[in-house]
Amino acid sequence: MSFMPKALLLLASLGLAACQNPDRYGSGDGGAGGPGGAGGSGYIDTNGLGDPSDPRSIAYFNQTVGDRVLFLVDQSTVSDQGRQILNGQANWLNQNPGYAIIIEGHADEQGTREYNLALGARRAASVQQYLLSQGVAGTRMRTISYGKERPIEVCSTESCYSKNRRAVTVLSVGAGS
Amino acid sequence: MTFTRRSFATTMLAGAAMIPAMARAQDGQPPRINITGTIEAMPIAVPAFIDEGGAGDLARNLASVVSSDLDGTGFFRTIAQNAYISRIQGFDGAISYEDWRTINARVLVVGAVSASGDRITVKFRAYDVSNGQQLEGAAMQFAGTRAGWRRMAHKVADVVYSKITGEGGYFDSRVVYVSESGPKNARLKRLAVMDYDGANVQYLTDSSSIVLAPRFSPSGDRLLYTSYETGFPRITLMNMSNLSRQTLAEQPGTMTFAPRFSPDGSSVVFSLERGGNTDIYKMNLSSGQTQQLTNAPSIETAPCYSPDGSRIVFESDRTGGSQIYIMGAGGGEGQRISGGAGRNSTPVWSPRGDLIAFTKQHQGRFHIGVMRTDGSEERLLTSSFLDEGPTWAPNGRVIMFTRETEGGGGQASLWSVDITGRNLKQIPTEGAASDPAWSPLLP
Repeated sequence: MSFMPKALLLLASLGLAACQNPDRYGSGDGGAGGPGGAGGSGYIDTNGLGDPSDPRSIAYFNQTVGDRVLFLVDQSTVSDQGRQILNGQANWLNQNPGYAIIIEGHADEQGTREYNLALGARRAASVQQYLLSQGVAGTRMRTISYGKERPIEVCSTESCYSKNRRAVTVLSVGAGS
Repeated sequence: MTFTRRSFATTMLAGAAMIPAMARAQDGQPPRINITGTIEAMPIAVPAFIDEGGAGDLARNLASVVSSDLDGTGFFRTIAQNAYISRIQGFDGAISYEDWRTINARVLVVGAVSASGDRITVKFRAYDVSNGQQLEGAAMQFAGTRAGWRRMAHKVADVVYSKITGEGGYFDSRVVYVSESGPKNARLKRLAVMDYDGANVQYLTDSSSIVLAPRFSPSGDRLLYTSYETGFPRITLMNMSNLSRQTLAEQPGTMTFAPRFSPDGSSVVFSLERGGNTDIYKMNLSSGQTQQLTNAPSIETAPCYSPDGSRIVFESDRTGGSQIYIMGAGGGEGQRISGGAGRNSTPVWSPRGDLIAFTKQHQGRFHIGVMRTDGSEERLLTSSFLDEGPTWAPNGRVIMFTRETEGGGGQASLWSVDITGRNLKQIPTEGAASDPAWSPLLP
């Protein structure tokens, strides 16, 4: 089974490189940063995400289906709104079996490093459980927690914290192989 | 680096010290700081060390580090060199106590240094100025390489500090930490180690992977930390002698973090997350055998052994917010010790065994606090937007921690504070820094 972050997937698809041991945070623009993340990405060929109007494209998954769900303070329960997004993700994944996913759990900065790592893992697992219940094979999913290490918004107010308390579904190749 | 040390003081100087000592016998008391009471800094004199050959700048620099160590505790105040009346003519010369009394010095530190090639020899004596005699036991000689000169100064200061306060020293120690650079949403982190006062920085990793929360082994020869080098958070063990590293407790689909050594250095206690649930485990470093110590659906993390190895303090959010619990070293549910308001986390047992330092989060502020091991006498030492992750000085007297400022330009820095809450100060680092961990006192 091979999990690759999006930036490397793109490189691989362009025939440039492949890597067995990807650096997960160095490619964080695809996941932790994501669309709308601060500054965007400087090196991802956005064409490689595909045409956002193509329902089979990564761009479509990220933008239209929605690649992330948000959580309340210290909570890991998926909200009603979150469930709608995850229903869409599950449908998309079931229709596009060529992809595996890494679910990244994150926390805001209000909390200690250790607790936030554990909390991020809880959030990622909660998304994984829900996707499993919607028929996405467990072999296609993997989780990781970044705790408070990778905020997408940097201010120290609730408007930023609410966006940082998130679980992001990052597509990669090698589904269930 | 090796040090040879011997006490050489008692046979010398006896004649010179006797008469003033008797003349002022009614003063009687040796200089002593009772650090549980209100403290007025004790004035001390630390003249430049005597150059006994080839020492150059070292003569002045040694005295300067000794002063800086002692002043930095808040218990001492070095009198400015330009106030000194007497010049120290030779290491074995008579001391003009009256000249030092006149400027109000309670203690005088006299040192000498000689250098030959890369080898230096440092010796010192401390004097009780009021009573006109040498401070008993406050004399020592070290030999080593020139590069180790700061350690020798720290050792001098440790001896003086111990004699006067009755506490163990802590200046000859190192601190491992995470050096930070880059913006808040793409922070680069790498491990670094420095002297306790911020000098002699050495980088241990590059910044290609996130690294978190390093911890020293009880003898200071190894480090444990959390690294994303494999792509996922994993506990890594680093050998300090050659910086070689290995990943521990690798189980697919799990995350491992928050490691600490057992007091005998033979095993590691840590958190392992599986399926979103985090519990505490222990791993024997020679056999690799892993044992689960807690088993609950809540988050159990930040484990730390008592100094005798019989108990483990940890945090759990089983009642909602994080609180602090103590269990036996074999595991179990544990007994809650933290009470009061807010969330209490990252407990760290004092090397003396008497106190537990922790992070409190309450009403949007963070605090570093200490409590007794039964949870009583909770005392908050600091308050800021974000203080976290206390680590103990080897003598159990001073705590270092991470302070992070607010907002988009927020930066982490290292601070220290006395367990009484006094003497809060920032540790100078090259750039932003977090997650300090104090070494034991060096040999």
